[in-house]
Amino acid sequence: MKVLVIIPAYNEESSIAGVIEEVRALDMGYDIVVVDDGSEDRTGEKAMNAGAHVLSLPINLGIGAAMQTGFHYAIRRNYDCAVQVDGDGQHPAQEIPRLVNALATGDADVVIGSRFLEKKGFQSTFSRRAGIMYFEFLHKMLTKVHVTDSTSGFRALNRKALLVVDKYYPDEYPEAESIVLFSRNALKMQEVPVIMRERQGGESSIRRVTALYYMFKVTLAIVFTYLRLKNRRR
Amino acid sequence: MQEISIRIQIASIIGSVTFLFFIGRLILKGKLREEYAIVWLVCTVVLVVFSFWRDGLRVLAELLGVFYAPSLVFLASIFAIVIFLVHLSLVVSRLQKQIKQAAQELALLKSSHPQKENG
Repeated sequence: MKVLVIIPAYNEESSIAGVIEEVRALDMGYDIVVVDDGSEDRTGEKAMNAGAHVLSLPINLGIGAAMQTGFHYAIRRNYDCAVQVDGDGQHPAQEIPRLVNALATGDADVVIGSRFLEKKGFQSTFSRRAGIMYFEFLHKMLTKVHVTDSTSGFRALNRKALLVVDKYYPDEYPEAESIVLFSRNALKMQEVPVIMRERQGGESSIRRVTALYYMFKVTLAIVFTYLRLKNRRR
Repeated sequence: MQEISIRIQIASIIGSVTFLFFIGRLILKGKLREEYAIVWLVCTVVLVVFSFWRDGLRVLAELLGVFYAPSLVFLASIFAIVIFLVHLSLVVSRLQKQIKQAAQELALLKSSHPQKENG
């Protein structure tokens, strides 16, 4: 199976090289592509020096659009599987084979690494967990899918799922919204327990000031994605 | 209704014709695309018509059963502005999508060439 590890990065010069080295140290033959989302620092250069293939976006598009660039790349280069690993070091590389194996052996199209299945490792802050529980509820209501960690960006997608996200993927805050996207496109999802760390550098895309905007925007996006794809299917 | 003074009529004619001329110039210079200019041209023509046709507003207000004629002006203009703003939001959304696609394509194309240092 041809596996591509996609690392979206925006101003992650302090952590990016470490993430790449960790993936390379696995020695599983995974190809690595870093999508440099218009960073102002030397993220792209450091990624290239660490031995990754770099796609550098000329402007900052947002993490979703950056991920989609990686998905386009995966489709065009005929990868069977793409794994998203954040550039901030939250996702330990040794967990990647677990996701890939779950994808290869199970019948899921999307495998999501969840912090909350076994409640080990970094569990995020209280307010974030509350937000995640809210999304869990929203997803259960709309799609009948139970995802404990819908904001986890640690995911593996097979080719069937890649073809869906190649066409449409949200630009901003894509994680929670894409659950609806997957479910509406009849993709099977499976969660796998993983242990995450606290971010090793850089800044979260969700800061305190924007938390309310985030909740509102994502709720809106989830509901509209749900409605749009519902109508399309009829 | 009182006779509208000739001075205010001249002022409004001058104002609206100047605006029409200004929009026309922008299109000629290629600074304003025709599809976005249509709304402005229509609005301006309406302004010009009402500048010449003094009683127009009153007649129209009576026709629609509006008691206070000037409120019709506000209603119509606010409605027009809202419609146009929605139109602009649509344009911006489309542009953003196109810019995203162009940027993604650019990143993919750049990467398919041999990567250079300081590239």
